[in-house]
Amino acid sequence: MDILIISFSNSDYDRAAQGVAGAGRNLATVLGGRLRAVVIGPGNAAMNSRLAAVADEVIVADQAELAEYQPEIFLQALTSICRDAAPAAVLFGNDTYSQELAPRLAHRLSGSAAGDGIELAVDNGAIRVRRSVYGGKAVATIELKRSPAVLWLRARAFEPAPEKDSATAAITRPAVDLSMRAPTQIIERKSEGAGEARLEDARVIISGGRGLGGPEPFADLQDVAGLIGAQLAASRAACDSGWCPPSWQVGQTGKKVAPGLYIAVAIRGASQHMAGISDARVIAAINIDADAPIFKHCRFGIVEDYKNVIPLLKEKLAALQR
Amino acid sequence: MNIIVCLKQILDPEVPARDFRIDAEKKEAVRGTANLVTNIFCENALETALQLREKTGGRITALVFAPESGEDALRKALAMKADEAVLVINDGHPHPDPLAVAHVLAAAISKIGVFDLVMVGRESGDWGVGQTGGLLAEELGVPCISFVDNLENGTDGLIVTRQTDNGWEKARSTTPLVVTITNNEYNVPRIPKTRDIMMSARQPITRLTLDEIGVDAASIRAGGNYYEIVDISIPVKEVTCEFVTGDSLDERVDQFAKRIIEVTQAL
Repeated sequence: MDILIISFSNSDYDRAAQGVAGAGRNLATVLGGRLRAVVIGPGNAAMNSRLAAVADEVIVADQAELAEYQPEIFLQALTSICRDAAPAAVLFGNDTYSQELAPRLAHRLSGSAAGDGIELAVDNGAIRVRRSVYGGKAVATIELKRSPAVLWLRARAFEPAPEKDSATAAITRPAVDLSMRAPTQIIERKSEGAGEARLEDARVIISGGRGLGGPEPFADLQDVAGLIGAQLAASRAACDSGWCPPSWQVGQTGKKVAPGLYIAVAIRGASQHMAGISDARVIAAINIDADAPIFKHCRFGIVEDYKNVIPLLKEKLAALQR
Repeated sequence: MNIIVCLKQILDPEVPARDFRIDAEKKEAVRGTANLVTNIFCENALETALQLREKTGGRITALVFAPESGEDALRKALAMKADEAVLVINDGHPHPDPLAVAHVLAAAISKIGVFDLVMVGRESGDWGVGQTGGLLAEELGVPCISFVDNLENGTDGLIVTRQTDNGWEKARSTTPLVVTITNNEYNVPRIPKTRDIMMSARQPITRLTLDEIGVDAASIRAGGNYYEIVDISIPVKEVTCEFVTGDSLDERVDQFAKRIIEVTQAL
């Protein structure tokens, strides 16, 4: 049985898309099926050709009605494509649009959905997903009982798909009837921090929490970030206090990030927050309290009021970078 | 505007990791001394509903599918000034799968009658499944917008603002509509007044059984038609934190900075 992977053409063939493709290739190999990539949204030739190098077929849905993301229309298009393909599994990344559509798509296909997967396996023909639960305090394995399995994955937890030795895949463009009147219509979009890489793709993240006490210290963190090529993030407490945009939020209920280095500043490290950074390679922390749970996850740390650390840290990093 | 807010009662997610235990047999967390609380995103949903009602008028019905303990979540919703409270009694499976939940909620909503808007939390703090809203929309046959943090009445339909990966989107929508609610700085749930808490204790709660809302109670009680939890465990962490040392703060920060550079250069 075939595996479908879904990519939205408004993003690139980034690390997340590569991870989804990698997960899809492994599953297709185990199940003895083809890996078929669906690219939905406005035409993105670069993405189509990157996917053609790793998948066995690329299905492009770029007709005029799909020029911009509209949930009901995209859902209709994916439903139609998936019905025709009759796959064993449909794999998404864990971006907004994927999470929005996956459960509904599963329902329309009479399949089962599960999200935020960090591992996939096949047991007696049934697809199983591992995901973290209870705010990251536990990990569960879930077996999907209906087919197809519609899964959204913590995509960076999966190795990228290898390029094929054989010729690149054929690109097909099925005609999908989308002449529907959508009851919802997205009428305005705004990106914050345009030009910056997505937080999920960041190699280094410096993140601020409740202990910062206000929005001003984020300016200092920005200076540190600038010195080491890091991106800024925040805990839920800092976002809820309005100190920074909600799109910076990292945690069970925010972004799930996977940087090489995550520096937590004045973040205590509730399991809710840790659930968002469990894929970080190295965690470091600056915290005034040696007993803060964050230190249990850290490779290295400093126990000190961040206010005393940050100005010095800026100096030291600047000197070391020279 | 008739608004239905679905609330989930969960084990307090603030239980520290050191006190957290798993029941391998039942494949769920051991309750221990932890309280049951209303899932935070559900409270964000109720708060968003209350603010919308202040602008547009209307009625808010709080809906809970839970064992008898679910009454506490409804009392709190009433104390926050929801107008009505409905409890669908779950007398069977302790954690029914998301499709069973959506199916029950949809049947209860049909029983309640007319609605313009159904609001649910984006995900729960226990299983964090994040499917109730989407599946419920499909069960009800109405559209859905996820990760919403604000709603207003527009000239032709609702204007719905939702968070995206790197910003936000505004949508115009007809009703009926299902939205899943995420948090922002404006929908932090209000603390009910003492007087309202006392009053809520005397307000009526409509209790419905699975049979009364016309769902196949046996299949809901059995669970596991959609997916099944086959294993749950507490991951073992093997990291030890090396605290930077030095005679002065200057030295310690210097060590810290060196470690940062070491790690970033190896990436």
